[in-house]
Amino acid sequence: MERFVFLTFDGLSRGAVYAAFALALVLIWRAARVVNFAQGAMAVVTAYAAYMVSDAVGSYLVGFVVALVGGLLLGALVERGLMRFVGHANPLNDVIVALGLVLLLTAVVGIIFGGEFRAANQPFDTRAIEVGGVPLMSRYDLFIWGTVATIVVLLALLFTRTAVGLRMRAAAFAPEVSRLLGVNVGRMLTLGWALAAVVGAVAGVLILPTELGLHPHAMDIVFASSFAAAIVGGLDSPVGAVVGGIIVGLILSYVSGYLGAALTPVAVLAVLLAVLLLRPGGIFSGVRARTV
Amino acid sequence: MTDVLVVDKLNAGYGAVPVLRDVDLTVPAGTITAVLGANGAGKTTLLRTITGLVRPTGGRILFSGADLRAVKVEQLVRRGIAHVPEGRGVVAELTVDENLRLGGLWRKDKADAKKATAEVYELFEPLARRRAHLGHQLSGGERQMLALGRALVARPTLLLLDEPSLGLAPKVTAQIMALLKQLRDTTGLTVLLVEQNVRGALSIADRGVVMSLGRIVMSADADQLLADDGLRHAYLGF
Amino acid sequence: MSTTQVRPARSPISRLITPRRTGPRRGSTLLRHLLWVAIAAVAVYFVSYGIDPFRNYQLATVAAYLCVTAGLTMLTGLNGQLSLGHGALMACGAYTVALAQNEFSDRGVLGAWALPVSLALGVLVAALAGALIGVCAARLRGPYLAGVTLAVALVVPAFTTRFAGLFNADQGLSVYVDPAPAALGQYFPPERWQAWIAIGAAMLSLLIVANLVNSRFGRAFKAVRDDEVAAKLAGIHVARTQVLAFVVSAGCAGLGGGVLAVISQSVSPSVFGLTLSLNLLLAIVLGGLGSLFGAAWGALLLVLLPYLTTEVTRGLSLSPGLANKLEGNLPLAIFGLTLIIVMLVAPGGIQDAFRALGRTIRRRF
Repeated sequence: MERFVFLTFDGLSRGAVYAAFALALVLIWRAARVVNFAQGAMAVVTAYAAYMVSDAVGSYLVGFVVALVGGLLLGALVERGLMRFVGHANPLNDVIVALGLVLLLTAVVGIIFGGEFRAANQPFDTRAIEVGGVPLMSRYDLFIWGTVATIVVLLALLFTRTAVGLRMRAAAFAPEVSRLLGVNVGRMLTLGWALAAVVGAVAGVLILPTELGLHPHAMDIVFASSFAAAIVGGLDSPVGAVVGGIIVGLILSYVSGYLGAALTPVAVLAVLLAVLLLRPGGIFSGVRARTV
Repeated sequence: MTDVLVVDKLNAGYGAVPVLRDVDLTVPAGTITAVLGANGAGKTTLLRTITGLVRPTGGRILFSGADLRAVKVEQLVRRGIAHVPEGRGVVAELTVDENLRLGGLWRKDKADAKKATAEVYELFEPLARRRAHLGHQLSGGERQMLALGRALVARPTLLLLDEPSLGLAPKVTAQIMALLKQLRDTTGLTVLLVEQNVRGALSIADRGVVMSLGRIVMSADADQLLADDGLRHAYLGF
Repeated sequence: MSTTQVRPARSPISRLITPRRTGPRRGSTLLRHLLWVAIAAVAVYFVSYGIDPFRNYQLATVAAYLCVTAGLTMLTGLNGQLSLGHGALMACGAYTVALAQNEFSDRGVLGAWALPVSLALGVLVAALAGALIGVCAARLRGPYLAGVTLAVALVVPAFTTRFAGLFNADQGLSVYVDPAPAALGQYFPPERWQAWIAIGAAMLSLLIVANLVNSRFGRAFKAVRDDEVAAKLAGIHVARTQVLAFVVSAGCAGLGGGVLAVISQSVSPSVFGLTLSLNLLLAIVLGGLGSLFGAAWGALLLVLLPYLTTEVTRGLSLSPGLANKLEGNLPLAIFGLTLIIVMLVAPGGIQDAFRALGRTIRRRF
């Protein structure tokens, strides 16, 4: 029972990060109808930048800010310099270019920092706080939850309460009409990518210390898990991404706790297939499933 | 009377297929000009080329003396041109309120944008009752009101309307036409109206132009067009 | 005036209605492809005598990749299914061959038939895995399929670790391979023998894929890729077509993986990771999606580019640390950059560029 409680809290922490990362995927999917397969590699780049800076400066917070700003710039750069120019003759083109970016970014990180794991330091104690003799969660878990909750609330406010949010939604749903109404659709797209990259960067910085540490391919499995989370919730649904993230986090925590950490990728695959084959639109899809 | 819009030898097309051929058109200020013609005559393309959604291959488009070809689509609304596209362009995933706000987002004068929105709700009462409904929950008539209202929030000088009567009940169509006439008379709004509903359009229009196969084949006062039996039979089919 | 007008063959419409080949077709498609394969085999036979063992090893590796890229370009280019799981399917073939060969050698049952049987088993296992993925894939589209197959790519190390008793976790297995037959002489280099095996496998893959592509199945593949609804209305069983394409390309991947195990005489999970799948994708995009010649170009580049970058960096006299970091990563960086540039500038790939060049030359002269 104690183990179950521990795994549940661990799963909630992982789930929070997957939720944030899935939210980043959903943001870009809604804005551009592209699944950003390079999201993981981009988060690796910002995470390395963050930890290098925080090591040099000796302040975790500065590193965290570097990840935020780095994500913003990288996301804007990828959209402005790359994705914008991808032809749409073939629907796979976006995916292929993003995958090319994965190869490029991970290789460049490998060239600069080498291929071995580097420890990523944590700002808080990771020892679990005990409540009534049962270890529940660490201060770091609380930090993760707090950060992810802040992101979710800020994004929700941005999209529902601000003019920019309204413009971004309109540009995504009806680009041509939005242009006629004076919305700079291209700029909204860049902003969408930049925001998503910031969220992805934060997710990367949060999760890496809890795993093996920094590595060029450290985010591969995180990407796959978060993709599964986004699919569970439905690629179109931000709420679904958050719920999906929590669900996938719990499943993976139980699987790795009871069956062995090595089986995590198998569990990810199983979740993906189960959802896509049984409920392709995600658990939040209504009856309007698209069929041919 | 000054000309708000002057289209001069306009050519445009999709790929290698020409759709507009040497189109000449002048729209005087404070008038309603109806663009008539059969399916595929190039009416919609004419509107889309004027707003830059289709790139012209030749010719000029002058709006209050300035060439529109150099103006980006998203800048047009700031210059006073509102375009209600084919199919109305109500954003189905946004609420009525959000759709209307979207129409005034670009405006610096927030107070007046708010006032304009309130006026639209006054003008179209059904919309006021459905503020929180999503675009796809509206009826065809309500959508047309929303699209028109959203254009009016921008307080345009030139309104481009693409087939507002499409799919609407005759009564609703008549209401919309009456409203356009009223707007012209009270605010001096200039309207370029693409219609298949010839009678309805000519009943309120000052002038009418008839397009066929990408050319303007006839241009005359509205009552003259209505009276010309031969023309009506040849191009307008009634 | 009239003479210029009597040539309607130039108009686009008549080009559509006149069949491409006029008169009776020369022989069957199968015979034509067999002829090509025979010519290529003879050419490679002589080439393999003319080059040193290391080049033969490289040639064998190219051939092993060609098995995979031929199947993958058919799947992605002609059927529109993007798979990142082909590295994992290669692993299926490679591990099966390793286990079978080692089993044969442990029991002392060796002979000329052992290796073909092992390879056939590898193809079978990979095809079965491919069928499993393919059945799921037939219900998935574009990015969804890419995401699922990406998860498949990550599963390989999970399996080898979970069943470490069988697969020996990260260390992997060594593969027992018979020396070249005695009939070829005592001093026959094993690399040349392996090159022959690999070339044979590649030719078999090409033959199967080329015939499939030119059959009614090939036309069904393209129809499904271009418009599923139209294909369905034309009486094509969409799901069955997609599964068939996946199974055949998985079999090819299994063969390629098996041959790779034979050439390198070892298998380990790190070889078959996500990076391999991305490289394979690069190969078929670079060559030109859907083109078998393109698949050959891609396979060649997969071997040549890392080799060339290593040669170049070795010539630069870098510090050992930096050289070590560049070693594996620089080719990948170049691969990634190339993939992006090709997609942006020349989505048709090398083969398309050559075709365009050929057209220009023909028009000029």
